[in-house]
Amino acid sequence: MILDSKSPIGPLAEKWTKHKFNSKLVNPANKRKYEVIVVGTGLAGASAAASLAELGYKVKAFCFQDSPRRAHSIAAQGGINAAKNYQNDGDSVFRLFYDTIKGGDYRSRESNVYRLAEVSVNIIDQCVAQGVPFAREYGGLLANRSFGGAQVSRTFYARGQTGQQLLLGAYSALSRQVANGKVKLYPRTEMMDVVTIDGHARGIVTRNLITGKIETHAAHAVLLCTGGYGNVFFLSTNAMGSNVTAAWRAHKKGAYFANPCYTQIHPTCIPVSGDHQSKLTLMSESLRNDGRVWVPKTVELAQKLRKGEIKPRDIKEEDRDYYLERKYPSFGNLVPRDVASRNAKDVCDEGRGVNETGQAVFLDFRDAINRDSEDAIRARYGNLFDMYQQITGENPYQTPMKIYPAVHYTMGGLWVDYNLSTTVPGLYSLGEANFSDHGANRLGASALMQGLADGYFVVPYTIGDYLAQIGPAPVDTNHPEFAKAEKGVKDAIQKLLSINGAKTVDHFHKALGHIMWEYCGMARNAEGLTKAKGMIQELRKEFWKDVKVLGANEELNQTLEKASRVADFLELGELMIDDALNRNESCGGHFRTESQTPEGEALRDDENYAYVAAWAFKGENTPEELNKEPLVFENVKLTQRSYK
Amino acid sequence: MKLTLKIWRQKNASDKGAFVTYPIDGISTDMSFLEMMDVLNEELAVKGEDPVHFDHDCREGICGMCSLYINGHPHGPKQTTTCQLHMRSFSDGDTITIEPWRAAAFPVVKDLVVDRGSFDRIIQAGGYVSVNTGGVPDANEIPIPKRIADEAFDSATCIGCGACVAACKNASAMLFTSAKISQLAMLPQGQVERMSRAEKMVAQMDAEGFGACTNTGACEAECPKGISLTNIARMNREYFSASVKSENV
Amino acid sequence: MSWVTKTLSSTIGRKLIMALTGLFLILFLTGHVSGNLLLFKGDGGEAFNIYAKFMTTNPAVKLLSYLTYISIIGHVIFSIWLSKRNKSARPIGYGVSTPPSTTVSSRNMGILGTIILIFIVVHMQSFWAQMHWGDLPVVTYDGEQYKDLFSIVTFAFQNELMVIGYVVAMVFLAFHLSHGFASAFQTLGLNHAKYSPAISVIGKIYCILVPILFASMPVYIYFTQS
Repeated sequence: MILDSKSPIGPLAEKWTKHKFNSKLVNPANKRKYEVIVVGTGLAGASAAASLAELGYKVKAFCFQDSPRRAHSIAAQGGINAAKNYQNDGDSVFRLFYDTIKGGDYRSRESNVYRLAEVSVNIIDQCVAQGVPFAREYGGLLANRSFGGAQVSRTFYARGQTGQQLLLGAYSALSRQVANGKVKLYPRTEMMDVVTIDGHARGIVTRNLITGKIETHAAHAVLLCTGGYGNVFFLSTNAMGSNVTAAWRAHKKGAYFANPCYTQIHPTCIPVSGDHQSKLTLMSESLRNDGRVWVPKTVELAQKLRKGEIKPRDIKEEDRDYYLERKYPSFGNLVPRDVASRNAKDVCDEGRGVNETGQAVFLDFRDAINRDSEDAIRARYGNLFDMYQQITGENPYQTPMKIYPAVHYTMGGLWVDYNLSTTVPGLYSLGEANFSDHGANRLGASALMQGLADGYFVVPYTIGDYLAQIGPAPVDTNHPEFAKAEKGVKDAIQKLLSINGAKTVDHFHKALGHIMWEYCGMARNAEGLTKAKGMIQELRKEFWKDVKVLGANEELNQTLEKASRVADFLELGELMIDDALNRNESCGGHFRTESQTPEGEALRDDENYAYVAAWAFKGENTPEELNKEPLVFENVKLTQRSYK
Repeated sequence: MKLTLKIWRQKNASDKGAFVTYPIDGISTDMSFLEMMDVLNEELAVKGEDPVHFDHDCREGICGMCSLYINGHPHGPKQTTTCQLHMRSFSDGDTITIEPWRAAAFPVVKDLVVDRGSFDRIIQAGGYVSVNTGGVPDANEIPIPKRIADEAFDSATCIGCGACVAACKNASAMLFTSAKISQLAMLPQGQVERMSRAEKMVAQMDAEGFGACTNTGACEAECPKGISLTNIARMNREYFSASVKSENV
Repeated sequence: MSWVTKTLSSTIGRKLIMALTGLFLILFLTGHVSGNLLLFKGDGGEAFNIYAKFMTTNPAVKLLSYLTYISIIGHVIFSIWLSKRNKSARPIGYGVSTPPSTTVSSRNMGILGTIILIFIVVHMQSFWAQMHWGDLPVVTYDGEQYKDLFSIVTFAFQNELMVIGYVVAMVFLAFHLSHGFASAFQTLGLNHAKYSPAISVIGKIYCILVPILFASMPVYIYFTQS
């Protein structure tokens, strides 16, 4: 099936304005008759819930955390892009659009990306009005910094805690609507299923995580703002609770899942220190501005390092391989995320990794300290160095940091059209949960921008068009579909609780993560992927036979929560493999070893793969059906990236 | 490392609860405190015992969800969050006592999990600027002196974990409440509702049953984000001046 | 509820009362200790007795004394209110409670205050009640009659238990003031990068100097008059 993106026709710069005008409106007096469910309270969810409530809709907001303020958007460090051109350095909406399309390796939809760039300027205004304390210059105006993949300074930031400050802004707007009685908040509540009636989303089934109570909620529309699925890899920079469940259950109810294989691996994370590792911590990319990445030239030296026989400082200059500077003389240590990550993997695969596990490379500040003084480096990165020392116990002023790539963001997600509607009418998806704006690779400081753009400025317009069409007739949970969905959820929980096998949930999650990282991580090939597919199928079978979930449903049961999420990851994992197998080209975060240039760089195949792969669920243990949305580029010329 | 853990176990809100002692072995100094708890829970699960429930999410010190009272300190001996505490802060053979936050306004849900909804309600009482989406002025319309922006940022870094309440001998939430009142009182955007915000947030804080501040400074000393006592002084000023000047008779 | 009662029934409002009454009592102590320095004059108590009469008869001083009584009572009542609230804010305590990096006095203001209150009752019974209603010997200076409070004081401080009691009470007062002084300013919201360090230093000096001066009086009398 060919998917219709519903992108408005006409010149790029006029599409959004025209579309807004052509969308139907809901009369202000009627808005209060509509109920909208928002699942997830991160940047996209909180901003959408608040904005819709401000318009007059009756909103219910759900999150699994104990407070909406704890959604994982809070952990974003670097900043948020906006085409304000406050720096007078030639930025424009078109340039932000162009950088994002190019950064995404030409696998995103032009109209969506242009709209994102267009509303980016409103986001900054909105956040400042809410009291978000962005960094400022001495003159009192907003400060900007530059970020990877851009030649202008357009990133707004609040020290290293931009995500926190933006989320607290959206959370405050949400809190205001809770106080006004326009939003009803359901913390510690997890969405377990979407209820569809006659093909339209009409509500959800939830589990109260404290009491275990399974409840149903009806609404005229459902918004899924539930983040990405990076935790399919077990180890990632995501929060422990981040999961795919809401999106996956929606997928099984008819929402297509797009480009699941596009995952972003961030090159500068603190390496795994042992089997106990529960999550990975990102070190801001800005460190690569001053740090030099290297490994020993020989495997012998690396082995000595690993055994602790020599110290990094003992290795002479001529025995060091500054491999990024060697291979990419013009970009050096500042190559894009995917290139830096892949090269780190390559040198470690050659046996030149530098920590006990052999899965780490050095990020060395010795030369920067000698050049600019330790104080200058401390002023720039002090808090990051402290964090590194706290976690590893090593002092990065004296010995080089060890870093390794880690899963960070998932560009794939629920397929949405220009209105952010999934293939199920009435079911919307916002933020990282959808696939829309980043193509095959996301640029730094663009995730926050997209989450807030979707929530504050896109969905409040596009949802009105749908609601006006379906009319404000009251909704309730009396329809048999609700009872059916509720029973399905209860049965699935009972099934998990009744297996009483021998292996813990984490055992399966780790095993899945290992398969995904090994075969569907930084480099993929048909042989490995095919093997991994079989392994996951086996693992899934074993899970349903031998998982041990203790306790009961009617209590706070963190094992049960985890088990239910891992069950979904076990299904998603296979779809990611299918998608990666299907896409026999390299693009952005997806690197197929079969598709590379003679120099070993990613090689796109625009002729055969310039499309969005949107997968339709066809039933348990049945292959998913591939649907294509062709990507048409009318405003940019497709080029092969080169950072030599 | 070999350790002895004394952990508060409580089945649910109505259960009385008690300490249970668990020996644990094979703990590496590189583990984070919560990874040590994961190891314990895996062992309990294999034995068929209910794992110890505790709140945690981001594990990078920013979401504010983790909340353990370790050996007499919220978030343990270091001034950081529990998830950023590493086992190298302990020694082989140590006995570690782990308790939930204790406050009437933070009722225990299960084991070490408490309900901090009271914090959300304090924010709902007025911890915002009442602007709707859209129709706001350009971000650079109002210059804000860098010093003020930086100071407002310092107040805004509060992660709402509740360590201040846990540390305070009076279970007072004044550091938390004052951080938000301060942030918005300093910024030009917060001026319009400045007085009503202070009045409403303080009233809600009191209604939740938190204690009163006696200026011991325990909150500041234990706050993982270093929120300063100057915020409480500012909140007091804001509250007095609002009481005297506002139109709410 | 009027805005006044609303403000004063809030935790911050009650703290305001604690701070204001506390600061007034600090002022009172300053006056009290300066006046009592006359005990050291060595004139057989003449200046002290004249001062004592002035303090009990002057109408302006009378007004101040009523304010002092109100402050003491207010300070006590509001501290009881606040302490009760603070106790109920943590109905279940911790199993392990390592004192965090706070001062002993800041954590024990209630206990210190109670001891000081007991001391005040004893102290007022010994001297203040005597001066007002007691049957005191009378001395005459320049033809005018004065109650000889000085003789009562010197007599009282012949007793070493009394002296020790007073000195110990002053130690408690010092600890109470060591937290109370700066704390009152913090409660009033007077926290400023420029002035707070000065307040803190003055508070430190005050909490040591005033109790030492007070304590030195019974000690001096004990050693010079026996």
